[in-house]
Amino acid sequence: MSKLKTKESIIDSDIKRKYKLQAEGVKVFYDDFMAIKGIDMSIKANKVTAFIGPSGCGKSTFLRLFNRMNDYVDGFRMEGKITIDGGNIYKKKINVEQLRKQVGMVFQKPNPFPKSIFENVAYGLKIQGIKDKRFLQEKVEESLKQVALWDEVKDGLNKSALALSGGQQQRLCIARTLAVEPSVILMDEPTSALDPLSTAKIEELIYELKKEYTIVIVTHNMQQASRVSDYTAFFYMGELIEYDQTKKIFTNPEKQQTENYITGRFG
Amino acid sequence: MRRIKEMVIEKALLSSALITIAVTVGIILVLSIEAIAFFSEVSIIDFFTDTQWTPLFADKHFGILPLLSGTLLTSFIAIAFAVPVGLSISIYISEYAPKSFRRTVKPALELLAAVPTVVYGFFALTVVTPFLQSFIPGLSGFNALSAGLVMGIMIIPFISSLSEDALHAVPHSLREAAYGMGSTKLQNAFKVMVPAASSGIIVSIILAISRAIGETMIVAIAAGQQPRLTLDPTVPVETITAYIVQVSLGDVQHGSLEYRTIFAAGITLFVFTFLLNTISYRIRKRFQEKYE
Repeated sequence: MSKLKTKESIIDSDIKRKYKLQAEGVKVFYDDFMAIKGIDMSIKANKVTAFIGPSGCGKSTFLRLFNRMNDYVDGFRMEGKITIDGGNIYKKKINVEQLRKQVGMVFQKPNPFPKSIFENVAYGLKIQGIKDKRFLQEKVEESLKQVALWDEVKDGLNKSALALSGGQQQRLCIARTLAVEPSVILMDEPTSALDPLSTAKIEELIYELKKEYTIVIVTHNMQQASRVSDYTAFFYMGELIEYDQTKKIFTNPEKQQTENYITGRFG
Repeated sequence: MRRIKEMVIEKALLSSALITIAVTVGIILVLSIEAIAFFSEVSIIDFFTDTQWTPLFADKHFGILPLLSGTLLTSFIAIAFAVPVGLSISIYISEYAPKSFRRTVKPALELLAAVPTVVYGFFALTVVTPFLQSFIPGLSGFNALSAGLVMGIMIIPFISSLSEDALHAVPHSLREAAYGMGSTKLQNAFKVMVPAASSGIIVSIILAISRAIGETMIVAIAAGQQPRLTLDPTVPVETITAYIVQVSLGDVQHGSLEYRTIFAAGITLFVFTFLLNTISYRIRKRFQEKYE
């Protein structure tokens, strides 16, 4: 009996090491409209996976399934199963707040809270009830260092986050996410509102972060996908058309549709 | 021909703007002239320090404090009741309720502001006061409490509607950020949305205060007509506005000192509401800059 248990847990941890996120037969409806038409996908841990595809192809909707951010959309309904480390995140008793601490998210437009830089990074810890000032300070410093923002803001941690430049704001939002120590970071076109220089900084950051985090990034920028990701998934009309190593997708895609898209023939 | 038409329209629009300005200037002028005439007979120091207001009696006193205390007391009760209720409603509508609820309940709430204030006054006098008397022994038939509470009901929509607008105007991306960080609904509402909308919420409260201070019918009907310097909400008081009504309706001689008291009282009221409106205008301007 006990032997069987160990065997099971070995298999479990094996899956964990290999696949962090899994989707099985996932369909998404907004009222009667089917936005995701049945997708199976497994996403590896400590890798960067890029979602590409034309606007309205469902890649953002699919990304937002992993931290249940679609729950607030009117008429949203999902079928199928999504697991993180083997655990179903759509089962009834799941604590959604807890899930979102484990699965951080960075949005398209930098969206810092209208609070100080310090308060922004400390927010996630404070809402968990952490009050220890020393710990908060250490954690804020550590997170800001991780995103290479510390040197730029260390003398003005009490200044409003809204006074920062767009690129700095986005790095602040990433720091805010890192502060609660998630294991997965979802990025929804994180650089689409930024200039090329700030974009380069964020991309560098993504490269650094994948050592510790599993990163899924939605992007409209093909070069970005090829630069930062290890795996690329091409979505079209709510379906997953092709999913493979980034190198393979960009040099020798299996499907004609993928090739058309990445060579800029449509979308 | 077309140019003439354009010109006529432009001048017509300009003149309507000028009319409103002229009316405002006129009101201020009349108030000031009569008030200056009043203060040439009554010392302004007495006006602000005397604790009695008895211009219609033989023994005349012209201390505005009793009227001011009546106004502030009823307004305070109204605000103390309306702010928590109004804010709760606005937070519920913007952060908790389904969208269809917002569409139906918000206009319904705004109807509260459309009820004629004279109706509120009699509601206070004939329903709320007897109700309160059943468990507050010694509550006078006219009192600040009942008038204040009903005035609070009247200004709830000012607070709930304007605050809800402010909350609604907070960019959706902030709500996503809050939920994305693992906030509960309560944390999202009180740690992110309310602080982000704070200037709009403050403006709504200031406008409500301004409305309460200027409110006339409810207090004239339900709070009584006895100017007295007190903070006791259970006894009759008289507000500045109620006094103005009382004198305007009475048979006081035009141009007499008694007649001019209403302008002195009026200008005091005007200064108050003017200050409050200016403050709210300033805050609103700062608020607009923040999200543009």
